[in-house]
Amino acid sequence: MNADFSPEDAAFRDEVREFLQNEFPAAYRDKVDAGIRLSKDEIVHWQKILHEKGWAAPNWPVEHGGTGWSPTQKHIFAMEMGLTGAPEPVPFGMKMVAPVLMAYGSGEQQQRFLPDILQSNVWWCQGYSEPNSGSDLASLKTSAVRDGDHYIVNGAKTWNTYGQYADWIFCLVRTDTTVKKQEGISFLLIDMHSPGVSHKPIVLLDGHSEVNEIFFDEVRVPVENLIGEENKGWTYAKVLLTHERTNIALVPRSTRRLRALRRAAASLDDGQGGSMLENPVFSHRLAELEIELKALEYAELRTLASLSVGKSPGPESSILKIVGTELAQRIDEMFLELGAYHSLPYLPEQFDEGFQGTNLEPGGLAGQGLVYLNDRKLSIFGGSNEVQRNIICKAVLGL
Amino acid sequence: MDFSYSEEQQMLKESVGRFVRQQYDFDTRNRIAASETGYSEENWKLFAELGWLTVPFGEEDGGFGGSAVDLMVMMEEFGKAMLLEPFLPSVVLAGRLLAALGDARRKAELLPALMAGNLQLACAWAESGSRYNLANVRLSARGEGGNVILSGVKVNVLNGPNADKLLVTARESGAVTGREGLSVFLVDRDAPGVDVRAYANMDACRAAKISFNEVTVPESARLGKPGGVYDALERVFDHATAAVCAQAVGALDSLLRKTVEYSKTRKQFGVHIGSFQALQHRMADMFIECQLARSITVMAAMQLDSEAPWQSRSAAVSAAKSRLGRAIRRVGQEAVQIHGGIGMTDELDVSHLFRQVTGLELLFGDADYHTARFARLQNAG
Repeated sequence: MNADFSPEDAAFRDEVREFLQNEFPAAYRDKVDAGIRLSKDEIVHWQKILHEKGWAAPNWPVEHGGTGWSPTQKHIFAMEMGLTGAPEPVPFGMKMVAPVLMAYGSGEQQQRFLPDILQSNVWWCQGYSEPNSGSDLASLKTSAVRDGDHYIVNGAKTWNTYGQYADWIFCLVRTDTTVKKQEGISFLLIDMHSPGVSHKPIVLLDGHSEVNEIFFDEVRVPVENLIGEENKGWTYAKVLLTHERTNIALVPRSTRRLRALRRAAASLDDGQGGSMLENPVFSHRLAELEIELKALEYAELRTLASLSVGKSPGPESSILKIVGTELAQRIDEMFLELGAYHSLPYLPEQFDEGFQGTNLEPGGLAGQGLVYLNDRKLSIFGGSNEVQRNIICKAVLGL
Repeated sequence: MDFSYSEEQQMLKESVGRFVRQQYDFDTRNRIAASETGYSEENWKLFAELGWLTVPFGEEDGGFGGSAVDLMVMMEEFGKAMLLEPFLPSVVLAGRLLAALGDARRKAELLPALMAGNLQLACAWAESGSRYNLANVRLSARGEGGNVILSGVKVNVLNGPNADKLLVTARESGAVTGREGLSVFLVDRDAPGVDVRAYANMDACRAAKISFNEVTVPESARLGKPGGVYDALERVFDHATAAVCAQAVGALDSLLRKTVEYSKTRKQFGVHIGSFQALQHRMADMFIECQLARSITVMAAMQLDSEAPWQSRSAAVSAAKSRLGRAIRRVGQEAVQIHGGIGMTDELDVSHLFRQVTGLELLFGDADYHTARFARLQNAG
């Protein structure tokens, strides 16, 4: 055991750092620092810069355009990206549908979809949850009925992040209603531009609508868009959920936010004559979060290390989801409390491009109250933290 | 970065693990706890034969290497079985302090005997008003006619009742909490004026309150630079603190395992209590606590073995001990709660594990102390 990077890994870190310094556009960095949302075009532009460098898909196998990096190198890359504030690729194509295509898609499907995902030519969204199927995902009802060379799809999906931008959606649909609920589900790719597909934005706690409801009304989907076998979709979806969980610890993001919190605390009065960083209660709680981050970081590194000796990300990754999201939420709470009255203004539009008003809050605190609101989602999505605890009980503790 | 054990570490883990599984069951431990010395001399000799007593020492001192990761591997296994032998106080703490401060002659005289299992040491550092601050020392050392006179009282001297020699922190000059002016003296436990009041702690380990009533020692009993031992002292305690974290990780693992097993056999209302989600999620949280405790202990051991500046190594140790303190509270209390009434009884090992981890929780500083120390080191950096 040793904590040091090898000379090769240290050189790699320097290379990544230098690349990000030079290539992540300064205008985007300023926006990220100010909490302004990047537009779809900006995210795609950044993703194409990464693709040119050959770094668009660190987790893909080399034959599909991946990097061939070691787990340590992937960790370094994710960390440096997070510290810079450079957005990760929108996960729905790169991290979600692509691994399923690689594992279960036909050669033809891989040829058709993977290059466009790698080059960010096509924007994907996820069609899993339904208005009445949340944590009990397998109870989903959106139906796909075979009609010659097509499926006819009817139903509704919800919580589609960035569904308003999407060109394609990967869906779990019910193709057999006569069997056990998990056994009648298929994995279908649907062109969002098909007749009969519509979407409605959902306004969330923070006043922003990053998620949508998607409706399917007699949508005709060619059968060649089915992944693998009919009625095996649940198996494929579970594989995807494991992939989703490997990147959910949010260590780079929480590292960046804790540093920002420390900086902001040093510059703000505690109202009693000192800075918030000198306030013993605040400082103590900040230290607790910094300590928790270290524990989480090493838990993630240990998981990565077991991956590198060939073990697959098991149910242990549920720990990373639970601890990572709950830590991120505790950091949000600290920002909320640090801001005091400055956390209260409700100006959702301040994060939109072209906002003309003035930010009411001092630097570093703009909209932190809204971040607190928005991040309540973290412990709910991607399999709620209660579902993750169920997984640990079943798969690890044998309960 | 590398998280795998070396071949030697793997062998050490297996060898210690085999010993505690085969020769240290709960009944055996209870017998040892009730014996006069509170540890087994036979086991101590065996540890020496197996070379375990050399693990905390560098090769230059005739030891196995002194790496924190090696020590972590051993302590975790010891923790699983609630080992009572005074490995931590005699070897890890006092032995390492001797190795850090002693001159060549002194080390040659004592370290081989310690590693051979023929010498018991104890470190007397804590006082009634010091809490966890190593620099807070009132026990005074004043020179008189070529000798040094020690006066004061030490508490929680682990292994004090069984020690042949004591390493005593004493103030030669400066304010009560000053880092300057601290020295360490080597004192025979039987020396005139040394009054040992022996007792057992809640974890069944033997300890003593020791009064030093005008104890006269020669100048040569001073280990290290007069008044200038604080940094060395802190580093030795950082190593011992990381070792305590690893011991707690082992004990917490036992608590989790026993609780999950019990929930699968105990029936109430016609079903196993492990089928209740109200208990399942709490056991999932115990599992998470155990995993985080292990991860941060690994982090601290790896940092101690690295070339990082001491300030960040100390911060890593405090991070670990702070996090362990919280994990101990949660896992320990939940283990007793989920066992119910039987978890309260002396008959079951769970109550003994609970007492052990509670002892480890406070030893060398609780969660609040180490969180504050971590914050201080971070804010200074």
